[in-house]
Amino acid sequence: MIVAQQKPVSEIAQMISDCKKVLFLGCAGCVTVCLAGGEKETDVLASAIRIKRTLESNPLEATTFTCTRQCDPEYIVGIDNLVKDVDAIVSLACGVGVQYLAERFKDKWVVPALDTKFIGGSVVHGLWEEKCGLCGECILHRTGGICPIIRCSKSILNGPCGGSQHGKCEVDKDVDCAWQLIYDRMRALGKLDKLMEIQPIKDWSKSRDGGPRKAIREDVMIDE
Amino acid sequence: MPEFEPKIVAFCCRYCAYTAADLAGSMRLQYSPNIRVVEMPCSGTIEHGLILSTFEKGVDGVYIAGCNLGDCHFLKGNVRAIKRVAAVKKILDEIGLGGERLEFFHVPASEGTKFAQVANEMTERIRQLGPSPLNKNAAGNAQKEGGQTA
Repeated sequence: MIVAQQKPVSEIAQMISDCKKVLFLGCAGCVTVCLAGGEKETDVLASAIRIKRTLESNPLEATTFTCTRQCDPEYIVGIDNLVKDVDAIVSLACGVGVQYLAERFKDKWVVPALDTKFIGGSVVHGLWEEKCGLCGECILHRTGGICPIIRCSKSILNGPCGGSQHGKCEVDKDVDCAWQLIYDRMRALGKLDKLMEIQPIKDWSKSRDGGPRKAIREDVMIDE
Repeated sequence: MPEFEPKIVAFCCRYCAYTAADLAGSMRLQYSPNIRVVEMPCSGTIEHGLILSTFEKGVDGVYIAGCNLGDCHFLKGNVRAIKRVAAVKKILDEIGLGGERLEFFHVPASEGTKFAQVANEMTERIRQLGPSPLNKNAAGNAQKEGGQTA
């Protein structure tokens, strides 16, 4: 999932300081799961900013709603009536949701309440970690299911480097050396020979180096 | 001017503080009449949003009363409540209402006197802090709001 974290309340309040009526829009997708922008978090943020504004003698009329997803146009079409009268929309979605709202509601001030952090998963309740580097061409079958692109601090493809000591990365003693993990797992699986295979140079144009990307499945596209 | 009488909401776990309130009554203990007790199935059922919306309604103080550590009927509800209270205190500090208006207390079921003591302690604390700026019925705030009174 996409993992995000809420910005400080004062920072969000500053973005809408000149607005009188605001829609706080949560997202029931990834940010609900990572407890950053779901229904509960949306209500808490709206309540906190309403209180702050009241204390500043600048009352705010805040309404809240949580979309099924903000990254699918069909789910934000349904909020037209909520958006109509507001001065601004505070989106508690990832950066995708904020942009979809800004595209649909061209005359509205749309601001992000979250910092979108990474693609990852939960370790325990309340702790998430980065797991995927979105490189566009998965190589996990060659690395024992451990991603060197994002879990190696240098994203190197032929590690470990000289900074690997006792299984830890030199950048932080709490960071495992991804290549040590890869080596240990491949050895346990009896597949060390796979690491000896010569690999072609990675095509980084399939990652961000190629500019903004698109994914297409023509067989499911609906002709108008 | 009459002394400010705070309005305080006490969210009380039914397995400890709420039972202690009953005991305090049976013991004929006198405690502050400023608190409004809300029975909770466990202190761990408290939510950030509920605390904030309670303040939004104009109460001057809120506290959550749960079991002693290790005594929670649901094992760790009180531990979770303590963490949530700490998080909401931070929000209250950040937005200017002040985290000191919120507190967590351990009140075992067998300690009616502790229940009364906590009620008095919180009332005194809030009385010192003065009315919440969101309390439209408090004398000072009513004037700011244009003479609105209770």
